[in-house]
Amino acid sequence: MDFDVVIIGCGVVGADCAYELAKYDLRLCVLEASNDVANGTTKANSAIVHAGYDPLPGTKMARLNVRGTAMMGELCRKLDVLYRNNGSLVLSLSEQDDAVLHSLYEQGLANDVPGLELLDREQTLALEPKLSPAVRGALFAPSAGIVNPWELCLALAETAVRNGAELRLSAPVTAIERTAGGFCLSTPQGPVTARYVVNCAGTCSDRIAAMAGDRSFTIRPTRGEYYLLDKSEGTRVDRVIFQCPTPAGKGVLVTPTVHGNLLVGPNAVPAGPDDTANTPAGMDFVRASALRAVPGISFRDNVRNFAGVRANSDREDFILEESAAAPGFIHAAGIKSPGLSAAPAIGPEVLELLRQAGLSLKQKETYIDSRRRVRFHELSDEEKNALIREDPRWGRVICRCETVTEGEIVACLHGPIPPVSVNGVKRRVGAGMGRCQGGFCGPRVQEIIARELGIDPTQVLMDWEGTWILCGETKGGTAL
Amino acid sequence: MTEHELVVIGGGPAGLAAALAAWEQGVRDILILERDNQAGGILNQCIHNGFGLHRFREELTGPEYAGRFIDLLRNTDIQIRTDTMVLDLTRDRVLHTVSPQHGCEAIQAGAVVLAMGCRERTRGAISIPGARCSGIFTAGAAQRFLNMEGYMVGKRVVILGSGDIGLIMARRMTLEGAKVLACVELMPYSGGLTRNIVQCLNDFDIPLYLSHTVTDIRGKDRLEQVVVSRVDENRRPIPGTEMVFDCDTLMLSVGLLPENELSRQAGIEIDPRTNGPVVWENRETDLPGVFACGNVLHVHDLVDYVSAESEQAGIAAAAYLHGNRPEGGEIRLVNGNGVSYTVPQRLHRGAESLELFFRVRNVYRDAAIRVLDGEAQVARFRREHMAPGEMESIKLPKVLLDRVKGDTLTVEIEPVGGGVLRSEASPLGDAPNV
Repeated sequence: MDFDVVIIGCGVVGADCAYELAKYDLRLCVLEASNDVANGTTKANSAIVHAGYDPLPGTKMARLNVRGTAMMGELCRKLDVLYRNNGSLVLSLSEQDDAVLHSLYEQGLANDVPGLELLDREQTLALEPKLSPAVRGALFAPSAGIVNPWELCLALAETAVRNGAELRLSAPVTAIERTAGGFCLSTPQGPVTARYVVNCAGTCSDRIAAMAGDRSFTIRPTRGEYYLLDKSEGTRVDRVIFQCPTPAGKGVLVTPTVHGNLLVGPNAVPAGPDDTANTPAGMDFVRASALRAVPGISFRDNVRNFAGVRANSDREDFILEESAAAPGFIHAAGIKSPGLSAAPAIGPEVLELLRQAGLSLKQKETYIDSRRRVRFHELSDEEKNALIREDPRWGRVICRCETVTEGEIVACLHGPIPPVSVNGVKRRVGAGMGRCQGGFCGPRVQEIIARELGIDPTQVLMDWEGTWILCGETKGGTAL
Repeated sequence: MTEHELVVIGGGPAGLAAALAAWEQGVRDILILERDNQAGGILNQCIHNGFGLHRFREELTGPEYAGRFIDLLRNTDIQIRTDTMVLDLTRDRVLHTVSPQHGCEAIQAGAVVLAMGCRERTRGAISIPGARCSGIFTAGAAQRFLNMEGYMVGKRVVILGSGDIGLIMARRMTLEGAKVLACVELMPYSGGLTRNIVQCLNDFDIPLYLSHTVTDIRGKDRLEQVVVSRVDENRRPIPGTEMVFDCDTLMLSVGLLPENELSRQAGIEIDPRTNGPVVWENRETDLPGVFACGNVLHVHDLVDYVSAESEQAGIAAAAYLHGNRPEGGEIRLVNGNGVSYTVPQRLHRGAESLELFFRVRNVYRDAAIRVLDGEAQVARFRREHMAPGEMESIKLPKVLLDRVKGDTLTVEIEPVGGGVLRSEASPLGDAPNV
């Protein structure tokens, strides 16, 4: 056997499993189909840490949501991930909504959500003056927050790698075979054998399960579309603003992001597992819904639209269990919302499932449980100058909109999980995330990637495999 | 903290012209801060000709046009600091900068000229629906790849927007062997200069679809198709009019936005119509000692006009430093019928003369520009043709200005013969799909 445990999928769930398992003396491998971590649902969602009043009491979703949210602040502090505990409000805009708020409040108490409060109209508007004057009251949840989801995934995965886990990117699992005492997984990079497998394959987790002979669940991918607005809109609200949930989902929310932008969305429609296109109908719906809660949003200041696909399934709850059809094969599947909030608690849950399945766990004597990354724009002038004296590239601003320097880009290209694409750099340091959307810095980032990785600029991708940017040289050739 | 008499933010055509004009007025301590690694700004990637017809009576390329100013700069003691980003501008004119050579530095300026230029509107700014594949470029970014880096961005191209950069890139891509399938314009008229429509589209048989837009983007990895639909008079796509183009590249030329993040930080009043600072006739903003010129003030059609405007700003900054500050009450310029903005927006009573720049909201054939002091007409100018894509200007001599009694001057368009050709529409800063 090559490994004790192989984790399939390196979104935030797979990364948290790797982070927890890397604390133990195990031969551990993570297989990721894409050329980067966090490249599916993890990079395209509401980036909310939910308080935990939505899931039905008694479900794994309820338990892990509340626990994950309680763990989030400390985890993000240790691993240097942007997180803000800004609280959330569910608004009532009608008489029926008042009743929904009360039942959410009761449900939240049953789920042990801390600090819930029902606010009247005046209290609500005092907290958030730019809400619709039609607001009647709100459910305030002080434990809710916002996080940078792809950075959380990256930080967890980097920490696992620094503690000895092996990460194989561009390694989609194409077949799974039961062997004596374990599994053999086929990938384009060759076969991988393991005693235990953890299925964290997100929207593809039913297909992975089927490869192991388990057809006990089906993923029903559900797409959500978003607007990401300029930082000039980022202070329109301070908390996460929800409207009352409906059977279709938690509805359209309005929230600041940890980067200071305003995020608006999502809708919820069935889609293919990687269908992340925006639609006119979806965008119209999101806009109209958001304006009911926060009427002043200036959609003229939109920076980007995107869509993400949630790994909803044909079951009500998260699928966290050992496969009945394939012992030793653990599912962390159907992790729909509030999956990001629950993620810090899912790793320990999977660890327990592995222990119950017979994996013996011995803690490592040393474990690196911290991470630091330099965010240039947050430093004092003295700190900035110290970096620039050491390496002048720290003084060259590449991304004007987000003030990201060449030093940060070079550092991430030599980090534990180096990016291979322009968007991979964007997810690590923020270059290209701003209002010009890489119009100025894109070509420069591409040049730096090519230089640092020793590849031709035409080989640098926008994002996943196949997203080429340049098709060759001009007739005159390059300047060099 | 270091000190300089005049600090110019931006070493493109606006900043260079402003600095040179101030030098000629006797200012001897001038520092230009440029974020790129060389002066010249966006002109460096504009390798086509057609620059300088007004100013030099010659057809220069962009780098040649910039070179004329950079040569003049060499004969002065004006300092230019490249690779330098201004992070912050305070109300008392302290600039916080960062650069590889000097690290973080605070600079106290006696006067400041804002010349940061503009940026391109993106896919997000107009919320084009569709897939998130690669192959979607703003025209300027594509231009940089081709003209500065020497790389091609694709082989089969659709261009959305008929702004000048998009038109120039249609020709440029064609000359590099790409097939440009269509240029698609939301408005019923082109946003670019007529000469560019002729020389960049017509001469290469590239079809221009007016009143059309991109309604879908398809492609799993790289762009594979775009869907183009006709739009109605409210700019909404008309179902059933879809055309599908097989292409690997979509180039966006959908407008430019002045880059005023520093101005906003400093609390300078911004005109929502230009997205640039509100200025007096000498291009001074509402923050005394801070001037603005070029595309950071309003988006110009021709660099020749940028140079002229920037010289005004440089001269005014020099006068400010020499203690000669304009006096007299305020006359506000009001946008009347058919006018989308004016620059300047304010005028000192007693000003020597006024050259007023503005854009019209419609295409007009045979119309008049009227300037009104309350109800009373101060001046009237006939024009055979006006269009939103072409900046208009009028000159009001002192003798007329001195007659103004009220505290506003209204500029309006009066259709005379052919009248309004197109429906009401604003060419700038509008998000058509939102």
